[in-house]
Amino acid sequence: MALISTDKPLPSAKIENQVAVDIVGLNKWYGAFHVLRDVNLNVLRGERIVICGPSGGGKSTLLRCVNRIEEWQQGKVVVDGVEITNDLKRIDEVRRDVGMVFQHFNLFPHLTVLENCTLAPIWVRRMPKAYAEEVAMQYLERVHIPEQADKYPGQLSGGQQQRVAIARALCMNPKIMLFDEPTSALDPEMVKEVLDTMVGLAEDGMTMLVVTHEMGFARQVASRIVLMDEGQIVEMNEPEEFFNNPRHPRTKLFLSQILH
Amino acid sequence: MADPATASLPVGAAYIRREPVPARPPPLLVSGPLAWLRRNFFASVPDTLLTILGAVILYWIIPPIVDFLLLDATWTGADREACLATPERPEVGACWPFVRDRFAYFIYGSYPIPERWRVDAFFALLAAGIFWMLWLDAPARGLGAVYFFIVLPIVSVFLLSGAPSLGLAKVDTALWGGLMVTVVVATVGIVVSLPIGIALALGRRSKMPLVRLLCVIFIEFVRGVPLITVLFMASVMLPLFVPETYSPDKLVRALVGVALFSSAYMAEVVRAGLQAIPRGQYEAATALALGYWRGMGLVILPQALRITIPNIVNSYIALFKDTTLVFVVGIFDFLRAIEVARIDPKWATPVTSTTGYAFAAIFYFVVCYAMSRYATGVERRLAAGARRGVV
Repeated sequence: MALISTDKPLPSAKIENQVAVDIVGLNKWYGAFHVLRDVNLNVLRGERIVICGPSGGGKSTLLRCVNRIEEWQQGKVVVDGVEITNDLKRIDEVRRDVGMVFQHFNLFPHLTVLENCTLAPIWVRRMPKAYAEEVAMQYLERVHIPEQADKYPGQLSGGQQQRVAIARALCMNPKIMLFDEPTSALDPEMVKEVLDTMVGLAEDGMTMLVVTHEMGFARQVASRIVLMDEGQIVEMNEPEEFFNNPRHPRTKLFLSQILH
Repeated sequence: MADPATASLPVGAAYIRREPVPARPPPLLVSGPLAWLRRNFFASVPDTLLTILGAVILYWIIPPIVDFLLLDATWTGADREACLATPERPEVGACWPFVRDRFAYFIYGSYPIPERWRVDAFFALLAAGIFWMLWLDAPARGLGAVYFFIVLPIVSVFLLSGAPSLGLAKVDTALWGGLMVTVVVATVGIVVSLPIGIALALGRRSKMPLVRLLCVIFIEFVRGVPLITVLFMASVMLPLFVPETYSPDKLVRALVGVALFSSAYMAEVVRAGLQAIPRGQYEAATALALGYWRGMGLVILPQALRITIPNIVNSYIALFKDTTLVFVVGIFDFLRAIEVARIDPKWATPVTSTTGYAFAAIFYFVVCYAMSRYATGVERRLAAGARRGVV
């Protein structure tokens, strides 16, 4: 399967400090199942990469390798100039600067919304509690739910929970945000509020890697769209080209199935 | 005619109800005590049969117990004469003067009489600590934990075994006995088993093979051996390896045995709780760079321990009753004190043993039932929390 990419070559001198995530020759197996096959992906600072494709294609697995929630067997992942190795200290250094939003929110149910947001800043960034709460309130205002700060996650709707999850990740002041199907577990009427938050984030220039099936969102904010199938990147292109002029038959099939 | 619904009706409409139909009284057998009886006891033929069977069983069990413990019981007397059957009094029930006479022995064992206030002080300090810990809305619970887990054990050791420099005479543990030994053994087992159990549970789920192996070996070995064996090992085997002079006190050895034994069970209880926490919680903690210890301490364990409270208390109840087994290594716990007292010739009557055992049963039941009720209360509170989303 040929890899098709229309990535314009960049001036090589600037690449070093502009690269946010560099994935080189990544291979991963679950037992005998080859889930990632020789994946190469280079994400520049400020880019918004949308990863789409059929389920089981390795999208989430690839995303979870960026902060090493998943381990891999072959290849190299460099995040913000730091290569992720088995060194736990270095992994946590990377994780501090990489925010992640999960499909099922994964808020901590025994803590209030505010405590969810301040936990890591206090214990990892060593922020004073009062300052961490101030920062958290700023981000909760940004996702439009400051009034829910003292409630517990179980008292919120799915959309609200996901916005809290975004605020929680932002409180660590990350350089890169990973979104793993952030709207897939939401009721349809709540998808928009979460996507709007993400669009706002993109407009502020956050580097984002997003696994999603929301093609409207992809068309609106993506710098590049990546189609993954059977563990490899099948096509990678700018949205305009990707939707209007797909090169690979697999992309055409995927688009015909997802856009009615 | 203000109502638009009726106002718009055609003039000739013949039947329009303007008032709600008044509520009819419920049938006789829907509410009230009779209906309750019928619904709960006589709803169907099998129900009725079971009700009759239950009533018969209760009739067999309850009156003899009441007769023995209360109606035929002897309440006053100075020695066995009071509790013997006479021609005028053929049915003799429980011999309560025996319990009253030996009550101090049941509580303190052979602890020297002038020093018994120290045991009372220990009970009072312990009760305060337990109350502080169990009352979930108590003020300064953090301070309470420091008191309960650090101050109380140190003070108790000096108080009970003595500190000659403080003017407290030394009391050898061979003289300890009765309820105080039961309380000491149970408290040490309960307090020590939770932290060790948590450590073992975390070790068993560790990614480090050596740690995991050691924890698995310890847990499976201890769980695969009866408590009596652990106690025998602690009291008989240990002196074989340790010189006499360094050999720890007999009671201490039994305490270590009980603590290790209950830790192994606690480890499995905690492990079940850890496994019940969804993977997403671990992943979220990981993604926030909390690392292993902060992730466990701040995110996973608080949730895991809350959901395992019923099982933890269940282990505690079992442990409390298992403490009676320390008698096999020659320690005078509460039950053993009763055992010894019941064969005292001064009180030897046909009902003395039964009275002693009944007293022991009542005591153990009250304590265990209290623990169980407390656990139920906490559970209900957590369930209410879960409805609010506070799990």
